[in-house]
Amino acid sequence: MDLENQKRVKELAEKYGPENIVVILGAAEGEAAGLAAETVTAGDPTFAGPLTGVQLGLSVYHVCEEAIKSEIPEDVYDEQISMMEMVLDVDDIVNEMTAIRDEHSKY
Amino acid sequence: MSLLKDKKLIIIGDRDGIPAPAIEECLKDIDAQVVFSSTECFV
Amino acid sequence: MNSVLAATSYVLVHVPDMVLHNGSTQTTERTVNPGSAYLEALPKHIRSYEQALSYAPNQTYIGGLTPQQLSQREQPWYPQPVEGADRFARYGEIMPQDEFLLLLQICDVFDLVFLSRDFVTHTRAALAQHPLMNQDILARLKEGVDDEQITNFVNNEHAEGLYHKGQLVGYIKRAHDVDVNLTAHVVHENLVSKASSVLSLLHLIHNSGLNPEEIDYVIDCSEEACGDMNQRGGGNFAKAAAEIAGLKNATGSDMRAFCAAPAHALVTAASLVKAGTFKKVVVTSGGSTAKLGMNGKDHVKKDMPVLEDVLGGFAALICENDGVNPEIDLNLIGRHMVGTGSSPQAVITSLVLSPLEKAGMKIVDIDKFAAEMQNPDVTKPAGAGDVPQANFKMIAALAVKSGEIERGELNDFIQRHGMPGWAPTQGHIPSGAPYLGFARQDILDGTINNAMIIGKGSLFLGRMTNLFDGISFVMRANRGQDKREQGISRHEVRGLIAEALRSFAGSLGDQAGGSHA
Repeated sequence: MDLENQKRVKELAEKYGPENIVVILGAAEGEAAGLAAETVTAGDPTFAGPLTGVQLGLSVYHVCEEAIKSEIPEDVYDEQISMMEMVLDVDDIVNEMTAIRDEHSKY
Repeated sequence: MSLLKDKKLIIIGDRDGIPAPAIEECLKDIDAQVVFSSTECFV
Repeated sequence: MNSVLAATSYVLVHVPDMVLHNGSTQTTERTVNPGSAYLEALPKHIRSYEQALSYAPNQTYIGGLTPQQLSQREQPWYPQPVEGADRFARYGEIMPQDEFLLLLQICDVFDLVFLSRDFVTHTRAALAQHPLMNQDILARLKEGVDDEQITNFVNNEHAEGLYHKGQLVGYIKRAHDVDVNLTAHVVHENLVSKASSVLSLLHLIHNSGLNPEEIDYVIDCSEEACGDMNQRGGGNFAKAAAEIAGLKNATGSDMRAFCAAPAHALVTAASLVKAGTFKKVVVTSGGSTAKLGMNGKDHVKKDMPVLEDVLGGFAALICENDGVNPEIDLNLIGRHMVGTGSSPQAVITSLVLSPLEKAGMKIVDIDKFAAEMQNPDVTKPAGAGDVPQANFKMIAALAVKSGEIERGELNDFIQRHGMPGWAPTQGHIPSGAPYLGFARQDILDGTINNAMIIGKGSLFLGRMTNLFDGISFVMRANRGQDKREQGISRHEVRGLIAEALRSFAGSLGDQAGGSHA
């Protein structure tokens, strides 16, 4: 994850309390989604950014996951995202996200 | 129970996936506050 | 009349040492994590010139392979070299690093680039044999300096080292002691962009058979900014490169729009020529050092070679309609507007469907789409997916949604109207531009009738807006002179009659009042 974005996530988790934050991702692939999710839960796996070694354990989802999708009005989701579901491998993304959440998410 | 209700939302979009403003648009009417929104680019 | 695409050129420069020393992923890593395992492992993943030369996407970029030939090869492409690959192909070349360092020095007009005496002596002959390096260009090459001077400037004077095969062979010194926009790093980045643009221009002149003095205007569409502390993006790469390439009668300017800039520049060039402002306009761009090894961490992690080891450049010549070359149809321009929104479907609708609908055409009427041509060998291991395929899927999905094709025909549509990506991830380089040369040839050969070139750009990275951007245009077979434009319109007839009446009335007046002269 971009270093500036990591910095902002860290600051916001401190400001609002990690239990109050939900991170929502729009990654193009399962692996990239998993890496971003890992960054905001277990720390930056690339050891480059401000979240290196910081285990925030944030609640994190991809926008195409049912948990998030179900909270979005259908017509809005259809207009903004639905066509990308034809392009993305949603199953792969869901599997990666679930695995990371199960292992590292605290909230 | 709503997963997002009263939460502070951080959106990390992807230029080649779903960009952050599109996600933001989806969450506009939800009872939660978007506190940060950014789109990443790998190319 | 629409203007035409008369020629293109494509160049790559293999710069393995710049991957290590100048790519932003590596420079950032060196700052935040100097002893990292990645930096230690990286040199073992660097490719030789021969490996980069025989890499199928690179050969496709310079015209040594066609997109069809590339698509028949098994992916990933890097394990299977192209047999008998040549440095020079139909559209350009893949230049090795040592010759490029000399070209870098040739492009320096402010005494900022210094190379070692031995290095210049050993490399000069190779560059002198280059078929496009004429005497005017070679005469700009300066003698080398002592190694001691090089070490001193790199260690004590904030100079940027120039390396070849791991050896320090020269330096670029800072152009100002205080100005952050003239640091050695910035000057290096800008000179590399300029030199690779010059190489693209030289190949374009060769490919077009044109006298370089016939070119009126040059537009640079790279992603760098040159200027000093009082005008950070003052410019002008276009004119600077045109000077070295010998375009004596040209002026020019820079156009910036992130990765969408080539498409913006081509639409502008086509408009300038169609309007009659200029007769021959060149769009050119050099490559980006910052993006070298951008996804290197993922490539190293997956035990692959670091594939982002080349700078990319291209140039395109837009001329008045010659009745032969493919036209750039300015009636078919798609654009992402401020109010379009960021959802991928809104973006692709604005770029593809909207202009076609306006012209009463369908998506399936376009034979080939060239969107973002990033090489999937590079992006897939980095988690960015297959970018061109994702674009074609979106276009196909749009065709399904508008009832042009059935859902079951989706893959068939992608096969027929799409193509694999072969461009290096050099930002602006992949955005539609890599297909221009093949599109021109395919249209001239009659294999296809038209092609849509789509540029897309991540404006939000500049932090001035959260907007996305994009612009598209259509190239199509030359239709000869348009009858409506050839004939005289009613409006013109009225004008001619009015003028005749005025002169008749004037002559009557003259006769009545006698001569006042």
